[in-house]
Amino acid sequence: MMGGEVKKFLYMNRKAPYGTVYALESLEVVLIGAAFEQDVTLVFLDDGVYQLIKGQDNSDSEMKNFSPTYRALEMYDVEKLYVGKEALEMRGLTEEDLLVDVEVKTADEIRDLMEEMDVVLSF
Amino acid sequence: MATMDVAGNSVEVDEEGYLTNINDWDKDVAIELAKSENLEMTESHWEVIEFLREYYQEYQIAPAVRVLTKAIGKKLGPEKGNSKYLYELFPYGPAKQACKIAGLPKPTGCI
Amino acid sequence: MLHTVNKSPFEKNSLDTCLAHAKEGSAILLIEDGVYGATKGTAVSNKVQEAMSKFTVYALEPDVKLRGVADKVMDGVKLVDYAGFVDLAVENDKVQAWL
Repeated sequence: MMGGEVKKFLYMNRKAPYGTVYALESLEVVLIGAAFEQDVTLVFLDDGVYQLIKGQDNSDSEMKNFSPTYRALEMYDVEKLYVGKEALEMRGLTEEDLLVDVEVKTADEIRDLMEEMDVVLSF
Repeated sequence: MATMDVAGNSVEVDEEGYLTNINDWDKDVAIELAKSENLEMTESHWEVIEFLREYYQEYQIAPAVRVLTKAIGKKLGPEKGNSKYLYELFPYGPAKQACKIAGLPKPTGCI
Repeated sequence: MLHTVNKSPFEKNSLDTCLAHAKEGSAILLIEDGVYGATKGTAVSNKVQEAMSKFTVYALEPDVKLRGVADKVMDGVKLVDYAGFVDLAVENDKVQAWL
């Protein structure tokens, strides 16, 4: 959007990708929002970390595998992706299991990050 | 459900003329879709259409115009990676019109 | 009796309640987000591992693959396809779905 103030947007993603529609809805809002050239941060906590897991394969399912779209975020200038350390650990996952580059952050760090934001969108 | 006739076969399209099933696409379908947009396909058009098909294959979305422009510039050179060039090829909007001809869904956030 | 669990063990207590109420020898089938409960190295893996001495634990393979956890399924969990799901439903006289 021309002119106007750049605001810091945080998208908080906490749901697994296919059981509910939250993850896909969030991704769509992020892509639409990216056209408005705001400062966008994505956080993945709880089952939200499963959205980024490698190897999602819909060859036996009727559902669309939308995980490749996370790799397009960089082209939309969405580059700040943070993942909860505790969430990964509880699920036996590491950064290596994820399909995009992320920064792993503790709950304390994410708490501070949230305080810095102008707008928080919850999914 | 609306349909479009291509060489004797009928292909399903939505109310805005986008293909319902991306797998129904081939070059004949593309030419028919282009006709419905009053466009004649040239080499330059095909280049963009092929780019979009590959992009969709890779990322499972149709790119926003800004992203398309940038990505085309990277792949095909700066003389093609600008909105003037793309609008000359697809006067009613490169994302919208080219995506339709490429058989992709309407781009997310496309106005 | 067949028990199905379709919620993530990290978000809902469906798996816990199922394990607490299923009779020894029952079949437990994890489907949809329930399949995360079948994966290795998680906060619930030990619990599920233990449960396998009392129950037969199955996971629906298409849901496992879709969620990208096919290479993380615990040893001892039996993968079934949709036809296998139907067989389990037919073999068992009743089905309790822990939603």
